[in-house]
Amino acid sequence: MTTERKIRVLLAKPGLDGHDRGIKVIAAAFRDAGFEVIYTGLRQTPAMIVDAAIQEDVDAIGVSILSGAHMTLFPAILDELKAKDASDILLFGGGIIPDDDKDELEKRGVARVFTPGAPTEEAIGFLRDAVARKKTDETLM
Amino acid sequence: MTSLLTRFQSGDRRALARIISHIEDGSPRTPALMGQLYPGGGKALRIGITGPPGAGKSTLVNGLAKLLRDAGNRIGIIAVDPTSPFTGGALLGDRVRMNEFEPDGTVFFRSMATRGARGGLATATGDVAVALSSFGFDITLIETVGVGQVELDVVDACDVVVVVLVPESGDSVQTMKAGLMEIGDVFCVNKSDRPGAERIVADLKLTLDTRKRVDDAWRPPIVSTSAQTNTGLDKLYAAIFSYLDFARESGWFETHRREQAKKTVVTLLKQRFEREFVERLRSAGEFDSAVAAILEGKTDPYRVGDELYERFTTGRESVPQSRV
Repeated sequence: MTTERKIRVLLAKPGLDGHDRGIKVIAAAFRDAGFEVIYTGLRQTPAMIVDAAIQEDVDAIGVSILSGAHMTLFPAILDELKAKDASDILLFGGGIIPDDDKDELEKRGVARVFTPGAPTEEAIGFLRDAVARKKTDETLM
Repeated sequence: MTSLLTRFQSGDRRALARIISHIEDGSPRTPALMGQLYPGGGKALRIGITGPPGAGKSTLVNGLAKLLRDAGNRIGIIAVDPTSPFTGGALLGDRVRMNEFEPDGTVFFRSMATRGARGGLATATGDVAVALSSFGFDITLIETVGVGQVELDVVDACDVVVVVLVPESGDSVQTMKAGLMEIGDVFCVNKSDRPGAERIVADLKLTLDTRKRVDDAWRPPIVSTSAQTNTGLDKLYAAIFSYLDFARESGWFETHRREQAKKTVVTLLKQRFEREFVERLRSAGEFDSAVAAILEGKTDPYRVGDELYERFTTGRESVPQSRV
């Protein structure tokens, strides 16, 4: 049995676009980096994503949005996290997202937005650092 | 700050999820934690679903969970997928088939990676099932990794095991082989709309006609399903519960649980023995010199084992004799 703390990350595609090649590439890269990747597939609502993230006790949620609905979907997931008292779960994502929108989303609480051309190593490094910085004050018993 | 356990006991799902992670990570406080969870940890029925990769286990679990929930049960689901032996990473993809549930609290789904275990489940799966039961779920569905013939840990973690096969699962000689084909309390031929479904059902029948089971009087039913189109799931559901009725009436249910508890204790003892005795000896200098002596032909592994064992058993106080 291992006592090493694994990084767990949930990957989802919110909304209606069905282009899942990108998120599958990320899922494979995370798996090969030693993470436990929970892949939930297409057409997820923000409520489904956050509920799954809570049950799976993930460190982070990664979403891929190629439909142009990123200014709606990212904030909706952030709101849902807040409503469920789970804002300590990091939200990051990627997609075809203009620079201005990326800045705005990161200002509103998205931990990181990756745009086309970003190497998978960058996402892996980002997640490792971000999880290492997470602090918890919880007590078990 | 309120402790996780207190939040768990007041029904906080986030605390349940965090506690499952503690159990998975095997933190030093896990034994004490399990001590708190065991009361009530055996209440839930545990239904195991196993079979080869791609047989449709996740889709069946999804369908069964729906039927069980509609019957008024709260359902915990544990779905296990493999950890890479090379990178330690895992792709846990069983949720893809489980997306129809509204987040209403009646279903709790947890993906687990095997993390080095080789019996089709993770080492911590049994303890996670205890946590789900203790939290108040009535039924736990446990889905194994896609198995071959010998990953049979599900038997020791469940009250009833469903073996899922597909029409392509093989001929009558395959169904006669030991291992997977012996552990089904219920057999399910999924994707039964495909050619060959009738043949494998016939082969299975022949196998089951000639097989002696430990719980003797039970003849495992064979149910044909097509999980994707929701065909036959009601029959599968009925077959599972008719087995459970049989097991309860015959006393086999309790016997099985008693055997499981014994095995759990023995497993914990073995782990501790290995940790405290074998690991300590291995790190001692004499271990390496003994190995060198084996390679030089001066002694053999059996003699070295005997000598080390002697030293261990005489180096301690003798076990108190029980008073008769």
